[in-house]
Amino acid sequence: MSGLTAGVDVGGTFTDLVTLDPATGTLRMAKVPTTLPNQAGGVIAAFTAAEVDLAEVSLIIHGTTTTTNAVLERQLCRTGLITTQGFRDVLELGRRTRPQAYGMKGQFRPVIPRDLRLEVAERMDASGRVVTPLDEDALRAAVVRLRDAGCESLVIHFLHAYANPAHELRAGEIASALWPNAHITLGHALLSESREFERGVTAAVNAAVQPLLERYISRLARDLRDRGYAAPLLVMNGNGGMVSAENVSREAVKTVMSGPASGVMAALATGRRAGMPNLLTYDMGGTSTDVAMIRDGRAPVSNEIEVEYAMPIHVPMVDVRTVGAGGGSIARIDAGGLLRVGPESAGSYPGPVCYGRGGTSVTISDANLLLGRLPAARFGAAIEAARQAMQDQIATPLGLSVEEAAAAVVRIANTHMAGAIRLVSLSLGADPRDFALFAFGGAGPLHAVALARELAVPRVLVPARPGLTNALGCVVADLRHDFVRTINQPLDLADMGRVHAILVAQEAEGRAIIAAERVAVEEIETEFTADMQFLGQTHLLRIRLPHSKPTRDDLQRLFEAAYFARFRVDLPMIRANLVNLSVSVIGRRPMPDLSQLIAISGRAETLSALGSRQVWFDGWTDTPVYWRDHMPLSARLTGPAIIEQMDTTLLVEPGCMVQTDADGNLIIEVPHDRPIQD
Amino acid sequence: MTDLSRIDPVTLSVIQASLQQVCDEMDLTFSRAAFSPVIAEANDRSDGIYAAEDGALIAQGSQGLPVFVGVMQFSTETIIKRIANGQTLAPEPGDIYIVNDPYLGGTHLMDVRFAMPYFRNDRLVFWLSNTGHWPDTGGAVPGGFSASAISSEQEGLRLPPVKLFKRGHMDNEIWDIIRSNIRVSDQRIGDVKAQASALLVGAERLTQLLDRYGDDTVGQAIVEMRLRAARQMRAMIALIPEGRFEAKAEIDSDGVVNQPLTIALAVERRGEALHFDFAGSSPPCMGPMNSVRATTLSSVFLAIRHIFPEVPLSSGAFEPLVVENIAGTFLDAAYPRPVSGCAAEVSQRIAEAVFAALVPALPDRVTAAPAGTSGNFGLGGHDPQKGRDYVMYQISGGGYGGNADHDGLSNGCSTIGISKAPPVEIMEQNFPVLYHRYALHEGSGGAGKHRGGFGLDYEIELLRGKARASFVMDHGRNGPQGALGGLDGGVNRVEVTQNGVTSVPEHLSKAQDIALSPGDRVRVRTPGGGGYGRPTERDPALIEEDIRLGRYSAAESQSRFGR
Repeated sequence: MSGLTAGVDVGGTFTDLVTLDPATGTLRMAKVPTTLPNQAGGVIAAFTAAEVDLAEVSLIIHGTTTTTNAVLERQLCRTGLITTQGFRDVLELGRRTRPQAYGMKGQFRPVIPRDLRLEVAERMDASGRVVTPLDEDALRAAVVRLRDAGCESLVIHFLHAYANPAHELRAGEIASALWPNAHITLGHALLSESREFERGVTAAVNAAVQPLLERYISRLARDLRDRGYAAPLLVMNGNGGMVSAENVSREAVKTVMSGPASGVMAALATGRRAGMPNLLTYDMGGTSTDVAMIRDGRAPVSNEIEVEYAMPIHVPMVDVRTVGAGGGSIARIDAGGLLRVGPESAGSYPGPVCYGRGGTSVTISDANLLLGRLPAARFGAAIEAARQAMQDQIATPLGLSVEEAAAAVVRIANTHMAGAIRLVSLSLGADPRDFALFAFGGAGPLHAVALARELAVPRVLVPARPGLTNALGCVVADLRHDFVRTINQPLDLADMGRVHAILVAQEAEGRAIIAAERVAVEEIETEFTADMQFLGQTHLLRIRLPHSKPTRDDLQRLFEAAYFARFRVDLPMIRANLVNLSVSVIGRRPMPDLSQLIAISGRAETLSALGSRQVWFDGWTDTPVYWRDHMPLSARLTGPAIIEQMDTTLLVEPGCMVQTDADGNLIIEVPHDRPIQD
Repeated sequence: MTDLSRIDPVTLSVIQASLQQVCDEMDLTFSRAAFSPVIAEANDRSDGIYAAEDGALIAQGSQGLPVFVGVMQFSTETIIKRIANGQTLAPEPGDIYIVNDPYLGGTHLMDVRFAMPYFRNDRLVFWLSNTGHWPDTGGAVPGGFSASAISSEQEGLRLPPVKLFKRGHMDNEIWDIIRSNIRVSDQRIGDVKAQASALLVGAERLTQLLDRYGDDTVGQAIVEMRLRAARQMRAMIALIPEGRFEAKAEIDSDGVVNQPLTIALAVERRGEALHFDFAGSSPPCMGPMNSVRATTLSSVFLAIRHIFPEVPLSSGAFEPLVVENIAGTFLDAAYPRPVSGCAAEVSQRIAEAVFAALVPALPDRVTAAPAGTSGNFGLGGHDPQKGRDYVMYQISGGGYGGNADHDGLSNGCSTIGISKAPPVEIMEQNFPVLYHRYALHEGSGGAGKHRGGFGLDYEIELLRGKARASFVMDHGRNGPQGALGGLDGGVNRVEVTQNGVTSVPEHLSKAQDIALSPGDRVRVRTPGGGGYGRPTERDPALIEEDIRLGRYSAAESQSRFGR
């Protein structure tokens, strides 16, 4: 294959494209408005804008928010459920929760309404033994009833199907003869683990987005073909890997959350090239901030993600946590006279006061503007409205100047975001001091240096194209297939021969799938892990295994060491339990040359500022402003400084040192005045 | 402005958020490392920071169990007083005290509290403390919820504050005494280490915070936080109109004497304070439905926090709340009255009384009564197939009350908890039972303009071996109260089928040691939430939808909504 590789990411506002010529390293980029409801229009427009001839492209990797939006906005296809007698309400009852710890209000809407949830007689016990045989006539009647009720998609979800899927398989066979299309999801097929609510929701979401995704992808494939594209179309999955367009809708639920996953993949590739295998990714947008932790050059994958209240999707997904703080987060004074920031947000409409769209509540973005951190010219007259709002809402009640008030808003926001990042890293057992902060998204680079200081993270990495991170993630992502098998046995009783056989077989299956995918890979890497616990515990600790043939002693030793590292607790008197074995087979694609992400032409010989402006750091400071595209390829400077580019602004605090690297990244060293003890 | 504080408001907010994060990290460590599923899964635990001089609450984890709001400040206060008068040994660095005595600022015996003195430059400056619900602390029945206990000794092992860790090392003699008096003791060492580890993580983070901002600044911030939380609570209280708001809540029975217990409450704003007068409530009872002072106060605090969640957790928030006339009632029981029902059930009736009293005063904020029972169903027996004894707990949710904005949530968690119920598949993997149904309790939502949420309807069959069933639930006599013209939610109903004959326990929602044989069944239908506003004002389209979805039968809808 010699043509271009293209990554296209469709976001809420923009559709981004990055193409790479593997032979020359030449990169082309485009950013065009997202088109709704049919995102394919924006995708085609992006190729046109980048002046890329589709006939020259030999691989397109596509990230789409089609399923994400459908789930979050509940714009789902009409879906029916057939389940075990007595259990149709599982999807509505959930696990006995409420949305917040305090406050007795809140609502929950199940993915499938009650009148489209039908029951049939059948039952397995927990060991997979048939208690009640499947009533096939009742099943036929239920299928017909749901079909006639206008359902486009069908879920069959039986109790204990993970232990014995025979009834689900038979029901699927019967249903497929009666159902007008292929949109039938069997509960055990996506997730063969116990917990009927989580497995049921995962299956129901899959079914409810499947027709949407299939329609969209087939239309896109046709549009691309019509314009001369003849090679494979791959779609990003939430696990940071990708899957062929023909197969993507079968497991459509795996594409929910694929956007944040591609951002993490871009960070991983950038960090690997920059020699930084430990990164905290920090993507700050208008309403929320996504945070993830990359350790030892590996993306964190979890199969227990809840995309919103009572909406668990238990398939492997890159573990990205969302914090409710973004540029639009609202600042206010509470009844006790204390300053609070968020979680309420002005969103992007009406948005911050300075957007001039009728927003009246002062936000983080307004504070940044009033502190000189954002270029005033972009906002025009609305800056005065922002100043007045800051004066009235924050400064006057606190007895501060407008600038002090704005600085206070930013400081509180940073404290909250730092706390969230700390909890993410802590819950995964890491220390932020071993990491670099990878900042992207429209507002990320503005806050990154202050956050690094707050967290004692020693450096910040701002990639060459922070606004194209997700599209770049599509270009660099690997092929990836995850397998999980539940063992749930005390380690001293586990059959190690079976353990080895499972690991070996799963690796072989993953390799076979990758071989069939027609995509060039440089090497195939396999990660073997075990989820373990002490007998009697419910939480699991994930242990990385060196190979597919670990001994019993290896498992015991690795587990005890990991447990001690995480909790400083050793429990020699208690036996270890082996719960799951997992294998991830990763087809590493050739690492592309990213050095041309930045434009080489149009650069100055020596570093010189565009000019300067007053920026507030505990007082107004005359601060040089640089235009990133004009900076010499190799440059070094010391803060205070503002570095602007098309899609973001980087704020460098006084005393921090900035340096460019070969890929055009900016690396900011953040000094820590007080050493923090371990 | 009369604000004489020397600390700037921004540093104050930053320190407040940072102290909160220290507690959140303690909560997280405790849950992730714990063995007891009640702690690890149900988050039946809490962690906080307390003042050295009086034990006042400085900060508490945001994901701590709500009923522990405020409790640990009472137990820490008790430890401080006992140290001052020589009843308890003085603290040294590295010590951790253990205590579960309900009458010394606690809840029930299963809630075991650890308290660690935090020293800085050889001076005691804070207490770090946490509480975790242990699965067993001895006593007549596994798990400690004896529905028919008539004295504390029947409920389990009672520990006054003693040093379990001395200068960083566990006292194995004390541990041996404890271990010899509790069931499934082999795993408890894991919980002990998790509980201690959480305090050590907290101490480490607290040290970083003090190093960074300076002891004086943090000290000033804490004083100021307390003042401001009090100010904020007073501002909230000002939303309540002048007047006396009365309500009653009833507990079915104490489990021993089959008569209802009454909580009589009058809430009155006097100036900037809110008074909760419990005069006229029932006297202490024979069975385990007594409450202790700390739990009663904490229940009032948690109800108010459900109404005003924006006020931060700090002792200052509680200062304007005055609880009166509990002496001589079952809400302030003394040793040896049994108290196992206080944290799970009595606390929720107290909260219900607070909601019912205040819903006319704050109709936009307060909901009609939620189901308000933890639905504890315990089954103990022998599984011949696995050759071992077992104790199974099923907890369950119920409907929440309708409110000014919308209908109540179905199968919500208890008012005082945040714990999830285990999946049916996990229960069937572990215990010899088969569930025949796990469904919406149809018809249970109290009718109203915004109706209550629905309870749960489940039925299990014992598959193998003999077993004994116990129930500690409530709202069997009357459903959760409707508000502002709304009707009450459906009642809790327990049915036991033995040898094909179905019966209802004498105390409706409470019973102990009901013998079951294979094939026998237990069916539980939990309460629905109270309705809010007059049912005739309900949107007809919503009434029709509920009928179409089978939530009410046509006849039920006709009689309750008039269509």
